[in-house]
Amino acid sequence: MGKAFGAVAGVGAVGALYAMKRSWDPLPSVKAAGFTTVDLSTCVANKLVVEKWRGKPIFVLKKTAEMVAAQSDAQNARDIVIGDDHYMVNIGLCTHLGCIPAYRDKKHDFLCACHGGEFDASGIDTKAPPPSPLVIPPFKITGNTLILGEEGPEFKKMKDAGIIA
Amino acid sequence: MAHFEKAKSLNEWFDQRLGVNTLNRVLAKEYWIPKDINFLWAMGMVLAITFGILLVSGIFLLMYYQPNVDLAFDSVNYTIMQEVGYGWLWRHVHAVAASVVFLIIYIHMFTGIYYGSYKKGRELIWISGMLLFVAFSAEAFSGYMLPWGQMSYWAGMVITNLFSMGSLEMNGVVEWIRGDYVPAQAFLDRFFMLHVLLIPIVILLLIGIHFGALRLPHVNNQNGEEIDFEVEAEKYRSGNKAASKVIAFANDFMAKDMFVVAVFLVFFFYLVFWNFGFAMDPVNFDPADGLVTPAHIYPEWYFLWSYEILRPFSKDIGLIAFAFAQVIFFLLPFLDRSPNAVPASRRGLFNIWFWVMLVDLIVLTAMGKLPPEGIYSTIGYVAALVFIALWIALPIITKLEKKL
Ligand code: HEM
Ligand code: FES
Repeated sequence: MGKAFGAVAGVGAVGALYAMKRSWDPLPSVKAAGFTTVDLSTCVANKLVVEKWRGKPIFVLKKTAEMVAAQSDAQNARDIVIGDDHYMVNIGLCTHLGCIPAYRDKKHDFLCACHGGEFDASGIDTKAPPPSPLVIPPFKITGNTLILGEEGPEFKKMKDAGIIA
Repeated sequence: MAHFEKAKSLNEWFDQRLGVNTLNRVLAKEYWIPKDINFLWAMGMVLAITFGILLVSGIFLLMYYQPNVDLAFDSVNYTIMQEVGYGWLWRHVHAVAASVVFLIIYIHMFTGIYYGSYKKGRELIWISGMLLFVAFSAEAFSGYMLPWGQMSYWAGMVITNLFSMGSLEMNGVVEWIRGDYVPAQAFLDRFFMLHVLLIPIVILLLIGIHFGALRLPHVNNQNGEEIDFEVEAEKYRSGNKAASKVIAFANDFMAKDMFVVAVFLVFFFYLVFWNFGFAMDPVNFDPADGLVTPAHIYPEWYFLWSYEILRPFSKDIGLIAFAFAQVIFFLLPFLDRSPNAVPASRRGLFNIWFWVMLVDLIVLTAMGKLPPEGIYSTIGYVAALVFIALWIALPIITKLEKKL
């Protein structure tokens, strides 16, 4: 009798916990991925553009010829290249705890004011605490237009090359 | 049906039905408090009163506050502060009380540590006290979200990100806690619920347990003397109050407790009316903006020490150090291997441990407020290592301590 009672109560408790968990999940309307379109032809070299995608800031940085010339292979591999132009397109949230790093256009790098982390102009972490490079959002290129939220061939190529975790 | 006589007085009527006289005897008239204590023993009562103040001021704020990302900021900074009659008073009282309550909690905790009031039957007092500390921390954090200013938003971002557990990258958990990819409407609503309902209920329950855990071991005293409460109470009851080592909680001890509370309240209302600025961060007077991080993100002063333990390390080690700092005080009664429940001043190495710990926490607090650069980073790093080393040393030095 006690066991049967316990089993029924247990099933009820698990069900209630599941319902509670589900009530805290993001709503479908929130999850329905938003798409953001960016016109890259309006970008000015060495000037950071911040777009918004799914509530998160997206860094778009067109690089100057000198910046590109000084880059390593690892840095080049993270750039989106259209014609001769290199662009950095990253989610602008520090991989440590999510502050927005600030771009220092003289030093061509990013400083996160929260705990002092630094990233280079390709989003690669150069000073702790951030443990990994800035995240590259799913993107697709058509002509000079960048669509965020969709996985295009260039994005898949980066993924296959292991640049995107 | 039990037998009831017709009551001769109102008191008797209630006593028959609720046992009020028994309650009064067990909880007040014959709850014995040692005489050999000082004003630090009144901090518990100061905390209880401050919690009451938070509750009352909170109720008044609640009547005009709007838990909506578009309205929250103005409902606080415009409606409550400028339109509602004396709305500013409730807001300043609530903010100052929320800050000062942590000062008193820290004094209360370190009083307990200094006098060894966490062992020999008082373990549950300590553990329920630490649970209160955790509940108050959650209450303060959730309340900080509500004005939906820049510090609310970014503190919400940074603290919820802690739950991704570093390299484990559990971003699903973070999004689940937020109900969104970033702090937004779902986030504000659920933290509102936590702040005004669930956590206050938990705090009330914990205060009940904390007081219950005190009743049998009684409070400690300045010398850690083991008192035979039966014998001393008998002296007191027989009229020999001068010779007795104890006094009754009500009304004798309450009168003294309330004197300290009164002094505290003078100080408290001085802060509320003339010096409330420290409890309100200027950055939080800018509305939340997900595309701009403030130049420096720092928590309120009472979280700075544990925040500083997180900061100087790489992400994973920082998180582990932070988690360590959050829970380690719970284990104090078990890491202190010495049987002596006497003031630290009589405990040799432990005395040094106590003062180094206190100074280390103050240093961590100061460094947490400063930008993480140069010499400040180094001092913070060393202080964080000292904190960890102290806890490793504790079982060893207390094991070596001579039994008094
Ligand atoms: C708002 C929260 C709290 C309230 C309302 C509260 C209330 C009280 C009261 C009324 C007393 C008895 C009088 C006294 O000795 O001061 C007491 C004792 C005590 N509390 Fe708390 N307390 C709170 C938080 C804490 C915390 C965070 C700790 C530490 C972890 C703690 C640890 C203790 C200890 C060890 C004692 C026994 C002191 C002794 O025996 O001498 N309390 N508390
Ligand atoms: S959030 Fe950027 S360094 Fe911590």
